[in-house]
Amino acid sequence: MTDQTASLASFTSEAATKKLRKRHRAERRFQMYGIAAILFALAFLVFLFASIFSQGWTAFLQTSIKLPVDFSQEVINPSGNPDAEDEIFQANYVKLAREALYKQLGVDPNDRKARRAANELLSRGVDVQLRDMVLRDPSIIGTTEDVWLLASDNADALMKGSIDRETPSERRQVSDEQIAWIDQLVDAGNMKKRFNTGLFVNGASSNPETAGLGVALIGSFFMMLTVVLLAVPLGVCAALYLEEYAPKGKIADTIEVNINNLAAVPSIVFGLLGLAVFINFFGLPRSASLVGGLVLTLMTLPTIIITTRAAIRAVPPSIREAALGVGASKMQLIGHHVLPLSLPGILTGTIIGLVQALGETAPLLMIGMVAFVVDYPTTPLEPATGLPVQIYMWASSAERGFVERTAGATMVLLAFLIVMNSLAVYLRNRFERKW
Amino acid sequence: MEAKVEDRPAARVETPAVPKESGDAAPAALGELKMKAKDVNLWYGQKQALFDVNLEIFDQSVTALIGPSGCGKSTFLRCLNRMNDVIDICRVEGDIRLEGQDIYAPQVDPVQLRARVGMVFQKPNPFPKSIYENVAYAPRLHGLCANKTELDEVVETSLIKAGLWEEVKDRLDQPGTGLSGGQQQRLCIARAISVNPEVLLMDEPCSALDPIATATIETLIDELKENLCIAIVTHSMQQAARVSQRTAFFHLGKLVEVDETSTIFTNPTDQRTQDYVTGRFG
Ligand SMILES: Nc1ncnc2c1ncn2[C@@H]1O[C@H](COP(=O)(O)OP(=O)(O)OP(=O)(O)O)[C@@H](O)[C@H]1O
Ligand SMILES: [Mg+2]
Repeated sequence: MTDQTASLASFTSEAATKKLRKRHRAERRFQMYGIAAILFALAFLVFLFASIFSQGWTAFLQTSIKLPVDFSQEVINPSGNPDAEDEIFQANYVKLAREALYKQLGVDPNDRKARRAANELLSRGVDVQLRDMVLRDPSIIGTTEDVWLLASDNADALMKGSIDRETPSERRQVSDEQIAWIDQLVDAGNMKKRFNTGLFVNGASSNPETAGLGVALIGSFFMMLTVVLLAVPLGVCAALYLEEYAPKGKIADTIEVNINNLAAVPSIVFGLLGLAVFINFFGLPRSASLVGGLVLTLMTLPTIIITTRAAIRAVPPSIREAALGVGASKMQLIGHHVLPLSLPGILTGTIIGLVQALGETAPLLMIGMVAFVVDYPTTPLEPATGLPVQIYMWASSAERGFVERTAGATMVLLAFLIVMNSLAVYLRNRFERKW
Repeated sequence: MEAKVEDRPAARVETPAVPKESGDAAPAALGELKMKAKDVNLWYGQKQALFDVNLEIFDQSVTALIGPSGCGKSTFLRCLNRMNDVIDICRVEGDIRLEGQDIYAPQVDPVQLRARVGMVFQKPNPFPKSIYENVAYAPRLHGLCANKTELDEVVETSLIKAGLWEEVKDRLDQPGTGLSGGQQQRLCIARAISVNPEVLLMDEPCSALDPIATATIETLIDELKENLCIAIVTHSMQQAARVSQRTAFFHLGKLVEVDETSTIFTNPTDQRTQDYVTGRFG
């Protein structure tokens, strides 16, 4: 009794209040550490996004010059035979573009120096641009049409301000004469920055202004498709078997440990495995997105198995008992209750696995997906690249246009990742049942 | 095991269908012998949880299983519909018969058995589905109803029998998990009786409920026993006394004593039973 009164008194004593204050201070300090950590992480994120965005947003615009191009019959199809595809294919389209430019700028066709300076305004990719127009619609041969032709990397850089006009002309990559022409074209409304659709549809190119992510997007799509079609069913089935059917014991433990280990294996090792197994042993083609997809499937599988198992384990045992108690078989228990209840978890795990796979670069390097692919792959067996690989390749080029494209492609990749992550959050909330 | 079919009539002789009069309690009218457990031993891994349990439960009556915590009441109850099968480390020996048929015989499908021997659990565990779906689940599973009208009927009668119809008839499409605890437990009872089981096992069905909800369920048990064989585990002596006709006392995995409820509570043979029902241990 006396003991108790003494201890009660000690709660109000001077020393106790002091201790209490100290405890509160410690708690506040602890919270501050947490907030500081979060702010630190946020600052980095903001810095990352800001630097990528400031470098990359210009990649979504591309300077073009509007020229009245004369699709002259003599140059394109001198034989007059509309079926002479080789002739049309190999015609000198650059000449058409250049002549239109000389006319527009009033350059004397006999002044070789001026001609060369004017040529530098146009992209080297204009021939493909014009050729594609003719191949798409041969009836334009013999007519004159206004065409927006791509400007060269240097002209583009000047328009975007990354080449400074104030730089002394001998150290500037664009001559005074060229600047005057550009100003003349801009004033007439014949030269401006337009949305860069080429970034999303073009294949590989050594000219930055005609290089695009088209092949990489298709390659990434094929790879994701392979992963979804293979890793999800395999992973979910494996997880279901391990959780629901496999006898608990040494073997199950060994498998569990190994799956966890597999999840921690560096991705480049999966690339080596893919090279050895899929390409060298099974003889699948190099650089094919199918092989990339298979390698990424191997990489994603452990993630999906682990998250699915966690989701299955989270199904309340009372629901299992209830289902078994009314005479549901194991299959019915799984189909009617376990899978629907663990679906949000499985979806989240799958999407997180896909996001990982989408951003993975190293294993793709090993199987030759660092490739210069100009044409769209129509099947997963044809050579392709992937988004992160394309970023890697552009990042190793020095041209100004590739620098901005590197950042632009990173933005595209990040956008995909953010969209997919948001989708995961949305699906989890949407399907989560509350009880 | 198969040869011992004559077990059943013999058992009937052992336990008189009309028990002796005792005190003021009305003579408990027991139906026929429904289930019979003989020399049941059960192990969880190395640990033995049941020792030579012999128990008979009768139709149209309630058998209460009482005993201190951890004595194996739930374990025994779960043997009766083979719910222990899903526990890997659990091993059962002995002979348990439902109407003379060995339920652990290889040709018996536990899934079908569980439709005949239904179960209600300690914690209400409705499926996270609508009230209707909760009750319709089992009939649909076993293909008992040919069409939607029949199914509606089964759902309605089950809910009426479980005393829940009036409260939920306007909101059958709402989640069963949104009901109160007592309502949820009655929903679980409705779910269990929706397939017309012959035996209903209840493992402390009222332990998570308040006295009023408990009283509702006790009344319900009383009504259900008219056409059902019920075995109920309970920690409440009063509940056992109120709802059951026979009571079995378990202690440390052994069945100590089984008799008419009034006898167990007023005049038990075993000292341990005496101590337990008078609250001296447990
Ligand atoms: N799944 C299991 N695995 C291992 N041992 C178990 C398992 N379930 C029960 N046991 C053990 O078996 C014994 C009997 O348990 P049981 O649950 O049947 O007791 P009970 O009489 O129902 O107790 P309570 O009244 O507390 O519910 C206990 O010692 C318990 O530890
Ligand atoms: Mg119990």
